Amino acid sequence: MPTLTTLPLWVQIINLLAAILLLLAFAMLAQRRIVSLIDLYAWQGLVLASSTAIVGYATGQPHLYFSAGLTLLLKVALLPWLLHRLVRQLDVKWDVERLINVPTTMIIGLVLVVFAFNLAVPISQLASTVTRATLGIALATVMLSFLMMITRRKAISQVIGFLSMENGLFFAATSATYGMPMVVELGIALDVLVGMLILGVFFFQIREQFDSLDLKHLEKLKDSE
Amino acid sequence: MTITGFLSQLLQVAIALALAPLLVGWVNCCRAWLANKRAPSLLLPYRMIRKLFAKDAVVAQNASPIFRLTPYVVFGAMTCAAAIVPSLATDLPFARAADAIALVGMFALARVFMALAAMDIGTAFGSLGARRDMFIGFLAEPALLMVLFTASLLSGSTSLPQIVDTLAHREIGIYPSLAFAGVAFTMVSLAENARIPVDNPATHLELTMIHEAMILEYSARHLALLEWAAALKLFNYSCIGLALFVPFGIVVSGTGWQLLLSAAPLLIVKLAIGGAALALIETLSAKMRIFRAPEFLGTAFMLAVLAMLVNLLLGA
Amino acid sequence: MVEIVLVLSLPLAGAAVLALFGHRRVAADINVAVSVCTLLAAAALTARVVIDGPLLALDRQFFVDPFNVFLVALTAFVGFTTSIFSRPYMRIEEQHKRLNAARLRLYHSMYQLFNFTMLLALLTNNLGILWVAMEAATLTTVLLVSLYRTPASLEAAWKYFILCGVGIAQALFGTILLYFAAEKLLGAGGGALLWTELDSVKGSLEPTVLSLAFVFLLVGYGTKVGLVPLHNWLPDAHAEGPTPVSAVLSGLLLNVALYAVVRCKVLVEGSVQTSFAKDLMMGFGMLSVVVAALLLSRQKDIKRLFAYSSIEHMGIITFAFGMGGPIANFAGLLHMTVHSLTKSAIFFTVGHAAQKAGTQVIDDIRGLVTINPQLGWALAIGSLAILGMPPFGVFASEFLILTTAMRDHPWATPLLLGSLGLAFAAMFSKVQPMVFGETAAKRLPLRPSMLPVYAHLALVLMLGLWIPPFLADWYRQAARLIG
Repeated sequence: MPTLTTLPLWVQIINLLAAILLLLAFAMLAQRRIVSLIDLYAWQGLVLASSTAIVGYATGQPHLYFSAGLTLLLKVALLPWLLHRLVRQLDVKWDVERLINVPTTMIIGLVLVVFAFNLAVPISQLASTVTRATLGIALATVMLSFLMMITRRKAISQVIGFLSMENGLFFAATSATYGMPMVVELGIALDVLVGMLILGVFFFQIREQFDSLDLKHLEKLKDSE
Repeated sequence: MTITGFLSQLLQVAIALALAPLLVGWVNCCRAWLANKRAPSLLLPYRMIRKLFAKDAVVAQNASPIFRLTPYVVFGAMTCAAAIVPSLATDLPFARAADAIALVGMFALARVFMALAAMDIGTAFGSLGARRDMFIGFLAEPALLMVLFTASLLSGSTSLPQIVDTLAHREIGIYPSLAFAGVAFTMVSLAENARIPVDNPATHLELTMIHEAMILEYSARHLALLEWAAALKLFNYSCIGLALFVPFGIVVSGTGWQLLLSAAPLLIVKLAIGGAALALIETLSAKMRIFRAPEFLGTAFMLAVLAMLVNLLLGA
Repeated sequence: MVEIVLVLSLPLAGAAVLALFGHRRVAADINVAVSVCTLLAAAALTARVVIDGPLLALDRQFFVDPFNVFLVALTAFVGFTTSIFSRPYMRIEEQHKRLNAARLRLYHSMYQLFNFTMLLALLTNNLGILWVAMEAATLTTVLLVSLYRTPASLEAAWKYFILCGVGIAQALFGTILLYFAAEKLLGAGGGALLWTELDSVKGSLEPTVLSLAFVFLLVGYGTKVGLVPLHNWLPDAHAEGPTPVSAVLSGLLLNVALYAVVRCKVLVEGSVQTSFAKDLMMGFGMLSVVVAALLLSRQKDIKRLFAYSSIEHMGIITFAFGMGGPIANFAGLLHMTVHSLTKSAIFFTVGHAAQKAGTQVIDDIRGLVTINPQLGWALAIGSLAILGMPPFGVFASEFLILTTAMRDHPWATPLLLGSLGLAFAAMFSKVQPMVFGETAAKRLPLRPSMLPVYAHLALVLMLGLWIPPFLADWYRQAARLIG
C-alpha cells in the first residue's frame, strides 16, 4: 500500500480538497451555462477558503485564517455576486459557441493535467511541506483555466477563467507553501478585485460598442490591412 | 484445489444465482415505495422466471443458431463473472483467473452476443436496440476499465482478489481517487444495467428503450435466461462496487465455512442498502435523451481518469 | 529613506488629487507639477545613492542599488517629460471631442497611478510586491488604453488585459515557486520573498525549482516586455491608446518588466549552474528581434510601426542580458536608457504629427517638414537615432552588443545584423516620405511642445558621445551584479 495513510488527517483533507478543486476546474471547462459557471467559481472559492483555514490551523499560522476569511468574502460572496449581477444586467446566459467542442477540450485538459503533474513531480519531491502533492494540482488548475480562457468566446466566461486561474495560483501559494506573506496576499486580492471592477465596466462598454459580449467582434485589429 | 475451496466457490456462485432476482425485486419494491405506490411482491422476479421456464419457446423462422445460443452464452458469461467477482471471499479457486480485464471481457462477450442476436431476426427494434447498446457499451467500457485501473493502481495489481484484499485492509483515510472512481463506477453501472438516466427497465416505449428492444424477440426459457442474466449482471456490478468501495467484511480465505457464512449476511445487508440507493437515484433522476448519453458517460470517463491521475499524484 | 517615501508618495498623492480635480483646466498643470516633484525626489534619491551607495530601507522592504537607481531616475524623467508633452496634446484631443472631462480626469489620475506602480516595482525589495505592482500597472494602463472608448481601443484594451493578465499570472506562479524554494532556507514569512535575502542564499536554492520558476517568470514578465511570441497586445495597445500612453508604455513599462526578468535571472543564475536562463533569454530576445524586424515593413499605422520597433529593441536588450558578461550587460543597460529616451521622443513627435494629419495611417501623413519643420526634423532625427546611427547612444549600445555577439556567439551575428539592416530599410523608407514628402496641408496651428523631444534627443546624443562617470560606474556595477 502507498504511504498515504501515514499522513495526518488534515493533509488527507487538503488532498481531498485539492482533488475537488481539480474536479471543479474540469466542471468549469465543460459548463455551458454562465450562471452555473459562476456558481462553480464560488465553490472553488469555498474549497480554497477551507483549505487555507485548515492549513492555517494545522501549521499554526494565524495569518492564514485572515486570508481564508478574505477568500471567503471575496471569492465566495463578493465576486460571484458581482458576476451574477453582471450576467443579469447584460442578459447573457449561455456560452454555447466555443472554438473547440467539449469532448476535445476535455481530452486536451487531461493531457494538460498529465503535463502539469509531470512538471510538478520533481518539485514535489523536494518540498519540505507536507502538502507538497497539491502543487501539481494547483498547476493543473492554472492550466485548465488557461484552456478555458482560450476556448471560450464570451467575454464573461473568459474572465471567470481568469479568476479561476488566480484561484489555482492562490491554492499553490497557500497549500504548497503554507501561504505567502500577508502584504503580498493583500496586494493580490486588491488587484483581483480592482481588475474585476474594471472589467465589469468594460463589459458594458463592449456591449455598448458591439451590441454583444461575443469576442469574435474583437478580432479586428490585425497587422497591415 | 481442495474440496472445501471448491465448495465455497460453488456456494458463492449459488448465492449469486439465487440472490440476483431478489435484488431486482428489492430495487423494484424500493422504487415503488419511493414513488408512493404499492410495491409488487419481492419475489416477483422469481415467479416470472419460473413462469417463463414453463412456457413453450417460440423462435422466429429465420433465426440462426446464434439466436438460440445467445441466452446460454450470456447466462454463462454472467455466471462466470459471478464466480470471479470477489463478493464473499477473495481466496477462492477461481481467484487466479479473476483479473479485472478478464471481467470486463466477460461483460463484453455477453454484450456482443446480445447485439448479434438482436440483429439476427432482422426486426427494426432489434437492430435499433443493438446499435444503441453497442453505442453505450463503447462509451461505458473504457470508463469501467479506468475505474478498475484506479483500484489496481492502489494495490499494484489487476487481479481482483488482490485489489479487494488491499482495499479491505487499508487504514481508514480519505481517498479522493476512490471517491471519484466510486462516482464514475456508479454512473457506468447505471448505463450498463440499463437503469434510469440512460435506459428505463420498466418501460417498453419504442423510441427510448435499449435493453428491452434487444430481447423483444425472445420468449419462454430463452427470455427467462436473459432476464436472469440481466439480474445477475446487476448483482455482479453491485458486488464489484461493494468490493471496491466498501470491501469491509469480505473474507480473505474462502475455506472457513463459518467465515463464509458470516460474510453472506453482511453481503445481503450491503446489497439491500445498495439496492435502495439505486432506487433512490432512479427516482430522483429523469431519463435522458439517448444523445445525452455520451455526455453522461463522458463525464464518468473523465471522473475515472481524474481518479487515476489524482491517485498518481497524491498517492491516494 | 525619506527620498524613497517621497518618490512613491508623490505620484500616489498626485493620483488622488487628480482623481478629484482631473477634469479641471489646471489638471494638466497639476500633472506636470506632481511629475516634476517626483523627478526632484528621484534626483535626491539618486544623489543619495551616488554619495552613500546602495541602501536598504523600511524594514528591508525597499532596496536601491546601481541597477535600479538609474531606472528610477529614468522613469521619473520620462514621466516628467511625458507630462509636459501631454499638456498640449490632451488639450487638442479635448478640442477634437475625442475626450470629455470625465475621461480626462481618469487619464490624469491613472497617469500618476501608473507612474507610482512603475516606481514601486523598481524600488521594492519584495518580489511579491513587484508582482502586485506589475499587475496594478496592467490595470492602470488597461484603463489608459481604452480611454477613447472606440471599438478599436476597447479591443486593444481587452486583448491587453487578457494577454497580460494571463502572462502576469504565470509570473505569479513563478514567484510562488521562488518562495517555495526559498522558505526552506529562509523560513516562512516575509524574508523569503525579499530579493536581497534571496540573493544572499541563491547558491543553495534548489536548481530544479528555480529553473521551472524562471520559465514561468520569463513567460510572465516577458509578456509585458513584449517578447515574441507573447507580443500580440503590444502594437494594439500602443496604437489605440493616447500617444502619451504609448510613450510611457514603450519608455517605462517595457523597461520595468525587463527589469523584473533580470532581477529574477540573477537569482536563477546563482542557483542553476548552467547557461539555462541565459539561453532562454537569448532565444526569446533573438526571436523578438527577427520577427519584429520582419513585421516592420508591413506596418501601415505609424504608432504600430514604432511599437514593433520597441519589440525589436526589447529583443536586443533581452538578448544582451542573455549573453551576459560585463560588456553585454553594460550595453544592455545603456540600450535600455537610450531606447527609452529615444522612443518616447519619437512618440511625442508622432503624436503631434498624427494629430495634425488627423490619422495614424502612414500613407496619409506627408511632408512634416513643411507643416512644422521642428516636428519633421525631430521625427527624422529620432528615427535615425533609434535605427542606430552614430553618434547617438543607440549606436554605441548596439555596437557593443554586436561585437560581444561576434566574439561569444558568432551564430547570432548575421541574424542580428540582418534584422537591424531590415529594420533600417523598412523604417527609413516609411519615415522618409512622412518627413520630406509632398503635402498640401496647412501649417500646424498650435505650437507643439518640443522641449521634451529636444531634451530626450540631446540626452541620447550625449550618451552616444560621453557617458557621465557616475552613470558608467553604475552600469558597470549593475553589469557585475547581473553577471
